[in-house]
Amino acid sequence: MSRYVLRRIGLALITLLLLSMLVFIGTQLLPGDVARRVLGPFATAEAVEALNARLGTDRPLVVQYVDWVGSALQGDLGQSITFSRPVTELLGRALVNSAKLATVAFVIVVPLALAGGVVAALRRGKLTDRIITVGGLSATVIPEFVSGIVLIIVFAIILDWFPSTATPPEGAGFLTQVHSLILPAIPLVLVLFGYIARITRAGVIEAIDADYTRTAILKGLPRGRVIRRDVLRNALLPTIAVIASQVGYLIGGLVVVEVLFSYQGIGRLIFDASQKKDFPLLAGGVLVIGVAFQVSMLLADLAYSWLNPRIRVGAKS
Amino acid sequence: MSEAAPKPILEVENLGIDYKIGTEWKTAIRDVSFTIDRQETFGLVGESGCGKTTVAMAIMHYLPRNGRVSSGSIRLAGRDLVDLSPNELRDVRVNQISMVYQNPSTALNPSIRIGAQVADVFELMGVPKDERSQRVIDILAKVQIADPARVVGRYPHQLSGGMLQRVVIAMAIASEPTLLVLDEPTTGLDATVEAEVLDLVSNLRDDIGTSVLYISHSLAVIRRMCDRVGVLYAGRLMAEGAAEAVFTDPRHPYTVGLLRSLPSSEIGRDEATLDTIPGFLPPLGADIKGCVYADRCAIAEDICRDVEPDLKPLTGNRFSRCHFPDRAPDLPRAVAAEPPVRQTETEPLVEISNVSKTFIQDGHPVYALNGIDLTIHVGETVALVGESGSGKTTLAKVLLGIDAPDEGSVITLSGEELAAEVRDRGQEDVGAVQMVFQNPDSALNRRHSVRRIIGRAVRLLRGVGRKPSDERTRDLLAEVRMGMEYYNAKPRHLSGGLKQRVAIARAFAGSPALVVCDEPTSALDVSVQAAIINLLAELQAEENVAYLFISHDLNVVRYLADRVAVMYLGRLMEVGPAKRVFGGPHHPYTEALLSAAPDLQEGARIRLEGEIPSASEPPPGCMFQTRCPRKIGEICETIEPDLVETEAGYSIRCHIPVAELGRLQATRV
Repeated sequence: MSRYVLRRIGLALITLLLLSMLVFIGTQLLPGDVARRVLGPFATAEAVEALNARLGTDRPLVVQYVDWVGSALQGDLGQSITFSRPVTELLGRALVNSAKLATVAFVIVVPLALAGGVVAALRRGKLTDRIITVGGLSATVIPEFVSGIVLIIVFAIILDWFPSTATPPEGAGFLTQVHSLILPAIPLVLVLFGYIARITRAGVIEAIDADYTRTAILKGLPRGRVIRRDVLRNALLPTIAVIASQVGYLIGGLVVVEVLFSYQGIGRLIFDASQKKDFPLLAGGVLVIGVAFQVSMLLADLAYSWLNPRIRVGAKS
Repeated sequence: MSEAAPKPILEVENLGIDYKIGTEWKTAIRDVSFTIDRQETFGLVGESGCGKTTVAMAIMHYLPRNGRVSSGSIRLAGRDLVDLSPNELRDVRVNQISMVYQNPSTALNPSIRIGAQVADVFELMGVPKDERSQRVIDILAKVQIADPARVVGRYPHQLSGGMLQRVVIAMAIASEPTLLVLDEPTTGLDATVEAEVLDLVSNLRDDIGTSVLYISHSLAVIRRMCDRVGVLYAGRLMAEGAAEAVFTDPRHPYTVGLLRSLPSSEIGRDEATLDTIPGFLPPLGADIKGCVYADRCAIAEDICRDVEPDLKPLTGNRFSRCHFPDRAPDLPRAVAAEPPVRQTETEPLVEISNVSKTFIQDGHPVYALNGIDLTIHVGETVALVGESGSGKTTLAKVLLGIDAPDEGSVITLSGEELAAEVRDRGQEDVGAVQMVFQNPDSALNRRHSVRRIIGRAVRLLRGVGRKPSDERTRDLLAEVRMGMEYYNAKPRHLSGGLKQRVAIARAFAGSPALVVCDEPTSALDVSVQAAIINLLAELQAEENVAYLFISHDLNVVRYLADRVAVMYLGRLMEVGPAKRVFGGPHHPYTEALLSAAPDLQEGARIRLEGEIPSASEPPPGCMFQTRCPRKIGEICETIEPDLVETEAGYSIRCHIPVAELGRLQATRV
């Protein structure tokens, strides 16, 4: 088990190293002359040179990369060009905001989707099952900007139940914050519900049809207990990994929702950075999302292997 | 002295079961009636698809979602089981009926410890909490699990198949049920483990006095375990009666056919072919006016096709659903008894010298093969026998070049050294050593037609173009006795036996000198198995090909093999002519294997304690000393005996002299 954990962590580190190279190449190298891009075609050659010198972009590439990674490891991702503030500070604040939105979305979608998947599986082939699977699938294909706009029009403008912007006023209490995040969370819930419910349904059906469930029923165990102990326990194992793999999406993939609800999350920050050619901010943001992805996948894998006796206890002894 | 006869425990009366296929209900079981008396063991036997498991599941009230009982009744101790409320049903399952299933490795919940799963049963029976763990340990001890206190803390994946089946049996007998249903409980287990499980079931049955419904495709197992048997065919009970009578003096052409398809220990492949049953099982729900077996029956007359016979009582308290039960014993053979004539050569073809294979698993070496020396001659059949884990399949893979053996291993084909890996072998060498797998379902590409499956092998192994390959494909189909109507068929349209014929045709695409057959008939029904064995024998006579035949079925080996090699933990323990190895004196391991094999004849048995040790930690001294019933002392534990040629062509690896083994073994028979 510990060997497995170490190997898994090692793999995550290698992935991050590769990611940092790609990010560096993508954001710092490919645009060519960084200062020229930042300053535009009409800037003087002297100004470009001076900016390149200030940004360190006149040095050899390897030196730049090593310098960038070295600083990043010490928690320094450089200065944002547009905001003239440390990238870490900007990202930190945005990350906290994104995490809040993701948490609200998660708290809503996970119980709903698990319950939906289980109910659909138990009513396999019946109307309830069709409604849940077809409804979930239909919701998944609605783009966030469509559902988001409809939600704003209906619930913020017509009914005025929720604010149309997700950013709460300064110093707002916990409930106010949650309240303002519910509306932006719903498009995410719609996207994720069908997916998680479907995976759950498949897992539950497999477990219901499994020989060990037959054994449990033919032992004379009550149905409720068979479902809780024999079916769900084995069915939800793979679902956990699927759910955790969505954490990365919820943290880094929310550009549309964040823009629509004018919410200062990390997705929007990266979007802005790329528009304003703020390369240090862009690189830092992508790297942070990469880390979030890796950490959530790692936790999912560890949770899975800890819950699965085949991996936890190992083979015959 | 007797007034009313005691009521039977289980009464199945005019049972009919349908399955919904698409939108139609199709009859799977029609009008099946039988009873099981107190403490009686009743066997249901028949080939796959005949409805055995369906009957069992109807009794357990656990038919698949698309199944329903359409008529009849099932009564357990007088109580009708078909119309029970959910609570009554649970009560019956807790206290009165238990079941043991075919596949023990999937029958237990993989994420719950053994102890907790067994404790459920006691909880349901109302045993107080503080007594349960002791009861669990007691019941595990009762099914002869060594060290039950340790086993309760294990998860299913940490136990072997034999151990898991004991756990399932423990759960089944914990409530001392009125009826125990066993559905192929030993299929898929090694013969040695099977023998142990069967002994265990017999003892427990006598001990707790339960009635048993025993379901199996194996006539030998049913014969051994059951007082009375019913023979199922296409959802009908064709024959019923005392096991002894049904198997020694069968009065239904189907039973006669089944028994004749079994290879017996008396007749070898050079004496006579195996008889087979022509044709196929009718499809589910087929509308048949007369006898369901008439199409395949050699003594059928017009009346058989028009009127379905009743299950008629015969002398000796038995029944037969046949218009002409008295003619059944004289059923004409379906295939000529004349065996194919073989060439007799003794030229060596493949020489395996000092072949070892060590796998590295989690940093530890696993010695799968250790110093194997074996010669296979042109046109002969060498059988490889031994329990799972003995290294049979590894040796096959090394021969085929799928796994490269360790340094120093040498394999030659007609005197030329064979490359270790198949990718380094020339087209001719690849074609010369081919394989037929156990499961034809997974060995054939489901998307390809028969023509494409065989044609591709022809082109690859002969390097010919499309046109000559088509020609050769047609020839090969004819050689495996398949008609041209299958030329463009996909595997899903073929029965198991036909698929295996296609697999055999593919192996013969490049005119092989050696075909490795890895359990080629163990997934097939007995009548199909007989036809495949006949085919292999005919092909061998025609093509003068050699077989390395891996099998756990010693009766098949005895019928087909010229020589036998017995493997244990990666070593050859005994090699010699089949007659000599089976006739004895044998190696103690061979002796145990032979006595474990279920046979239609009864005989005393040697029990093998425990399981085959792990190849990563082989025992010191003789590999077999940890389980050997004939161990003579310290020498066995410290010094590994050599494989010694004691007579021409016969070698044995044992410290006990052959003469002494002969003396010891003579007392058994």
